[in-house]
Parts: sequence; structure tokens; C-alpha cells
Amino acid sequence: MSGQDFKPGSEEHLAEVVAYAVAAEQPLELIGRGSKRGFGRAMQTAGLLDLSGFSGIHMYEPDELVMRAGPATPLAEIEAALAAENQELAFEPPHMGHLQANAVTDGSIGGVFACNLAGPRRFRAGSARDHLLGFRGVSGRGEIFKSGGRVVKNVTGYDLCKLMCGSFGTLAAMTEVTFKVLPRAEKIWTVLAFGLSAEQAVRAMADAAGSPHDVSGLCHLPTEVAARSSVDFVSGAGTSVTAIRLEGPAPSVTHRAAALKAMLGTAEGIEELHTHRSVAFWREVRDVSPLLDGGTVTGDPLWRLSVTPTEGARTMTGILDQVPGRGLMDWAGGQLWLALEPGAEDGGFDSIRSAMDGGHATLIRGAADLRARIPVFQPQPAPLAALTKRIKDGFDPRGVLNPGRVVEGV
Amino acid sequence: MPKPDEATIARRSDLVAAFRDFLPDAHVIVDEATLKAFESDGLTAYRQPPMIAVLPETTEEVSRILKLCRDWGVKVVPRGSGTSLSGGALPLADGVLLGLGKFNRVLEIDYDNRTATVQPGVTNLAITHAVEGEGFYYAPDPSSQIACSIGGNVAENSGGVHCLKYGLTTNNILGIEMVTIDGEILRIGGKHLDAEGYDLLGIMTGSEGLLGVVTEVTVRILRKPETVRALLVGFPTVEQGGDCVGRIIGAGIIPAGMEMMDRPAIHAAEAFCHAGYPLDVESILIIELDGPEVEVDHLTEIVSGICTDCGAVSVRVSETEAERMNFWAGRKAAFPAVGRISPDYYCMDGTIPRRQLPLVLKRMSEMSEKYGLGVANVFHAGDGNLHPLILYDANAPGELERAEEFGSDILRLCVEVGGVLTGEHGVGVEKRDLMPEMFTEVDLNQQQRLKCAFDPDGLLNPGKVFPTLRRCAELGRMHIHRGQMPFPDLPRF
Repeated sequence: MSGQDFKPGSEEHLAEVVAYAVAAEQPLELIGRGSKRGFGRAMQTAGLLDLSGFSGIHMYEPDELVMRAGPATPLAEIEAALAAENQELAFEPPHMGHLQANAVTDGSIGGVFACNLAGPRRFRAGSARDHLLGFRGVSGRGEIFKSGGRVVKNVTGYDLCKLMCGSFGTLAAMTEVTFKVLPRAEKIWTVLAFGLSAEQAVRAMADAAGSPHDVSGLCHLPTEVAARSSVDFVSGAGTSVTAIRLEGPAPSVTHRAAALKAMLGTAEGIEELHTHRSVAFWREVRDVSPLLDGGTVTGDPLWRLSVTPTEGARTMTGILDQVPGRGLMDWAGGQLWLALEPGAEDGGFDSIRSAMDGGHATLIRGAADLRARIPVFQPQPAPLAALTKRIKDGFDPRGVLNPGRVVEGV
Repeated sequence: MPKPDEATIARRSDLVAAFRDFLPDAHVIVDEATLKAFESDGLTAYRQPPMIAVLPETTEEVSRILKLCRDWGVKVVPRGSGTSLSGGALPLADGVLLGLGKFNRVLEIDYDNRTATVQPGVTNLAITHAVEGEGFYYAPDPSSQIACSIGGNVAENSGGVHCLKYGLTTNNILGIEMVTIDGEILRIGGKHLDAEGYDLLGIMTGSEGLLGVVTEVTVRILRKPETVRALLVGFPTVEQGGDCVGRIIGAGIIPAGMEMMDRPAIHAAEAFCHAGYPLDVESILIIELDGPEVEVDHLTEIVSGICTDCGAVSVRVSETEAERMNFWAGRKAAFPAVGRISPDYYCMDGTIPRRQLPLVLKRMSEMSEKYGLGVANVFHAGDGNLHPLILYDANAPGELERAEEFGSDILRLCVEVGGVLTGEHGVGVEKRDLMPEMFTEVDLNQQQRLKCAFDPDGLLNPGKVFPTLRRCAELGRMHIHRGQMPFPDLPRF
């Protein structure tokens, strides 16, 4: 089937396009800026639904902590507008453009929500799903609908914002997103502990997370990964680096950094990154840069695992014993990033599944044929998979919006 | 409510026998006197005893109850502690009330991963009690926390005074076990973050018992801050108090809580519990700051300065924990305090963008005159969640109806200024018929299609949330216009 591509300029046009796709039985691939086209299962769709027309910041009220924008608005544009008011997206979404060989642009805010992406602050500040307050969009029925609003406290009807986050465009094409923004901290310091094993790091991170010091980042870089950092104190350590971030008003950060250093004390020493270096360091952890080969894209399988934090070290070590590669732990051990060397027929799939005890694993980057061979997302138990399919049918009964992006038939 | 089905009521004794096949007799309640105990929740204006009440003790029993109800086509109303302020647990004359009070155990506390796994009947405050010995707590703190259950908190997405900084229930739970109307037992999430697939945890939270029955909850627990301090600030006008809230947030400070009361609420609370509130002001703010002592000292100074700049006539900073608790005593007792100055009161729950506060207050006082009913206001000012308390006398003919109309007008106003019908109490039966103020028919139909994915026969808590119940078959139909090319002038590439 030869497909047609569409670039609607208004919500009404978009509704018409979807209605046409339904009638013509022509499934569509949704794209905003295209930075995540290689994320998810390989698409079989004939046509493109280019949503780049829905771009721009429509409303930003800093003292109300709220912004409304078209989903295709570049993430960088959103972040610049927020930075001008000393605010930020507290969930620290990763920029994923650099992970994809074919991506020429960085991502959009709609893509961040559709994929429910979040960075190192996730364990404290929540994910994208915790910040989307409202949206408008067109369902796979070709109908314009909305949910939520512009206020945080809202329990009016089902929370469809949660459902949109992480749905990968399989339920609706969003035309507008309204989200919560927060003040940026005045001071950002990072306490580095050198030379901990993965198991020791998980212990130290659990202690820090359970302390009253209100930490906002907890990651561990094994020796060979730390060496790839762009931050001198990290790359020059010559050993593993466990990093703990503190943010807030200056007197508070200074106080907490001293308390944390006293709590941690390791044989190989403790160092402190101040705001400038801290920002650079957590940005590269957010974007997983130290795992990638000198920043170049090789297309090696890159996996992201979400596990019980105290299982982090055991899980990571278990996988890397089976498949050669590199890994780092974020979220106090709850998030593992693994860049595996190519070679394994299944991209490490079997080793990962067998090492995991609960949680979920996602292939964030992989060659198209690999993504066609193995499940990109964690397979669900049958009753949940059936429920997922019924939810899809309620929004997109003819399967015209990103069909098969997450799982076959959805 | 949906018209009771006589055929179902006629089969009552058969149904009782079927339940007693697998439940102890005492857990299947049929006598009128005991059923009356379930006839209403925290919204006492609505009363209806259920046809039968069942009190399961295990997930397996919940599964069998739901499957039986599905097979027999019988409606089910789940209930936690029955503290809903929107009638979410209002029973049905032809329905089974599923009480989860026996699910009252704390199952596991994991300090290293900062989680607590509990059964849904455990009260909100009991979670904090279970972990406070190690210096932890569970953050969401609805006013009813001493009685309300965590299962009910999940169903309603409960908030509280600290959700400004720490989030609502939906931001503080990691996993659930739930049972569908088919009796299927599902586990969503766990101790890890972000369940795979569609965010069913997010959808279940705040679904008001319409999608499934929660049988286990894993919550995130937090380490208690070292220092907590409150400021009690009085303003000569309500506008100045409202302005101050925006300025504090504009300065990059997110207090742990930021509450506001207007003159009638201040006077009622002061008369009730002598918290030492200033009586010569039009509004007060209670601002709570938490963290290490140096941080709290630092922020106290900045916030006090902002308050003074905003025209505050009194700023008191709590010196001791007892004084801080005293500042809160009046706020926390505001509802019963208002109950003393008026025979009855009707509590509303709209949310508005903060900056609309002066306009909304002005319009409310105009409405108060129009309806001839007083109103006292307490707000979660930090997040724009209003709780106007409409004062009326249920024994005075027509006053309840006037209070309800007044309340509806307030909620319409909230929507008109960009807010929503309910911030934390839920839609339930109370605000069901106002849903079209906020949503189009298409919006509501799409929500109901989600309901169809979980409960195609509409047996779970029917009559709540949606003003018009539609059959799933009808909602599933699609009208397809074949062969029409949309907008031939659209750019294609």
C-alpha cells in the first residue's frame, strides 16, 4: 500500500486526517520532531502524520507554575523559556536525539510526555506523567477531546493525562499539553564518593536516600564509565564514582554537603562538585553520554531497566557477566542503563530477562532488525496485555495511530 | 441514581446463599439494622442502605465476589472507611456493598527502598505510625487521615495540606494489586518506578471505584525533615493574602504547605479552639517550611520579608513544636468549628488558578447575598484548591436546595476562570451532574470508553462520576465516511 503523508495545521484538519485514515485503512506514524523515531518497535505504517504544525508556547505563567505549549515545541525552546524565569521541568527529561543515528534534531515536549521520559531526579520529583496537567488531542476515532486542566489539584474524571504519558502515540495525537513547572534551585552541589563497588554504592545510595539530607540525584559510574565523563573530577578519578546531588538555597546545600560527606567517608576519598560542574555532570548522566562510544552513535543496543533499587547492583553485574558491555546505575540503583556490545543475536534480551526479578526493561536504541526480532518493551502478563488491547480499542479501534509501536496489535 | 432492578432484588436470598458458599455467614450482612451502618459516607445528605454488604478478608474472596456479581449481573459498590465527601461510596438498593475494612494489615516495610506495602483498609495515618519509629512518614495527609483508608485514598486521589510540595496520592504510590470485575487479579508496578505499558496505576488512582477493587498498595515513604516551622500571617484584606501566595512562589520557594482562611473561618476557628489567630484581619496565611534548620531559618527570613512587603499586619513564627501545632489546630478544626456557628454546612472543593482568587472571592460574596446564605472559606492557597463552607439549616424549608444551588454556582465559577470542579474530594454523586460544565459529550464518552475496557457491563459503582450512563456497545460504534479525502489543499510531502 502506498501511503500518504499529512501535515495538518489545525485540530480540525487533524480530526479530518484521522477520519480519512480510518476510512482508507491507512495507519499513520506520528512524529513531532522525529528525534525518537528509532525508539519502539519498527513501524509498518505506510504514511506519516507530521504534527510539527502544533508548535509554540501558548501560555506561561511563572508565578502559577504552569506552561501550555504545542506538543511539537522543541524541548530546548521550552527549557530556554523556563530558564529565563529561573524555572525548569523538575523531572529533567533526557534529550534523546543524540542516541539515534538518523536524528537531526532534538526532541519535542510532546515526545517527552508520550514516552514518559524522566532523568536523574525521577525518584524524588516524579516522571513526565507526574507533571502533565492537561491536554487536547484527536483520538483514533477522529474526535477532538480533552482531559485535565491547568491546575495541579484536579480529580475531575479519570486522569487521562497519566494514560497519555507512556502511550507512545497509540491512543491519540495530542495537539496541546499543559504542564507543571517548578523553580530551579539556587545552588547545585554534588558529593562524589570514590572507589565503591557496585554493591557498596547501592548501600551508600540507600543510606543517602533515607537520610534527612533531601538528595535529588543518586548515581554510580563504574571505573571505565567514569573515565568517559567530560567532568574532570570524575574522569580523572581513576576509579568508580558514586555521585549524590544536593539542591536548594545556598546555606542549606553547604550544610547538607558537609553532613553527607561525614556520613559517607570512603577509603579512596570524597570530592565535591559545585554548581557549574554539577550541572554538566548530571546532564551527561541524564543523557547517558558516558555510556556511548566517545559520543558517536554506533547503534549498539542500549537498554534501560527499572528495578527495585537494592536489586540494582546484583542485576547489573549479573547481565554484564553474561554479555560484554558497559552500565551505569541511576535512581539509587533503581534505573540501570546498559550499552551492550553488538554480537548477541538477541541484543542481550535473554540475559537481561533472566537476571531481572521484577521491574521492566526497555530497548531504548537498537538496529531496526533487532527491534523487529525481540520485544522492545517488557512483555506483559496475558490479563494485562488483554486490558491494554481493550484500552487501545476504546481510543483507536481501527488501529490507525502508531499501531505496533509498543506491542503488536496495539 | 440508576433505577433499582426489581429482578435483582428478588434474587437477594439466592445471592446471599451463593456468597455464603465461600464467605463466613457473619461476613455477609443482610439484616436491616447492620446494613443501615453503610447507608451513607461523609456526604450525609444522601442515604441508601445496600441490598447486601460483604466483608471479604482475602484477595481470593474479593475475586470470587466480583466474579459472582459479574456472572449474576449484580452491581457492586466498593467502600473503604466511608469518609468520601462526594458520595463515592453511596450504596445502591439493588447492589452489593463491598467493604474492605478487614484488609487492615501492614504487609511489609522496606526502609532501604523507602516503601511500605499495606492492605487497602489500613488508614492513611496508620502508615505514618508504622514507619515513624525509624524517622519516616507517608506524605499525603487528607484532613480525614485518622479514619480514611489508603484504598479510599487511591480511589479518590486524595490530597491534603502538604501536597503543594509532596504531591497527591498519585505521586506517592508505586504499585497496587487489584481485582477486575471479571475476578482477575492484576499486579501493577511494585518497588520499581514507572510500570511498563499504559499507566494503569495512574488511571486507577482517582477512578472512584469504577474500574476495579484495589487489594494491596505499595506507597513511597519519605524521611522526616529535621526541622518544621510554621508562620501565622495576618492581612488587612483577602487580596493581599492572595497576592502574597503568588509572590512567595514567584520567589522560587515551594513551602511544605500554604493555607489561607478568611474572616468568617478565622473567627469560627478561634472561638472553637483558641489557636491565637488575629481577629482584626480579613485573612490569614499559615505557611509551613521544612528541611534542615539552616534552610528553614534562611527561608523564614525571606518569607517573612515577602509577607511584610505584601502588607501583613502580623507575622508570627512558631518557636516550638507546640506552637506550630497550635497554628494548625484552628485550620484543621475549621470544618467542625464552622459546624458550631451554623446548624449545617456544605463543603465545596473547586480549584482555580491562584491569581483568580480575589475575583472568585468577590463573586462568592455576591452569591452569598443572592442566596441569603453565609459562607466561610478555607483554602489550600498554594495550589488554588478552595473549600468554601456554605452555612445553612437543613431544618429550614428550602435551605438545603439553596445551599446546593449556591455550591453549583461556585463550581461553575471555578470552571469559568480556568479551574476545575473538584480538587481532591472527587465527583461521586455530588458533582456528577456538573461534569458537562467542564467536559463536552465527546470528552465524557471517551472517558466512558476507558471504563468499558475495565467493566463492559457497567457493574462497578454505577451512578457515580458520569451524568449519563451509556452502553459500551453504543460507545464503541464508529461512523466511517468512506473515500473522502480530507482538505485537498493540505500540504503533503
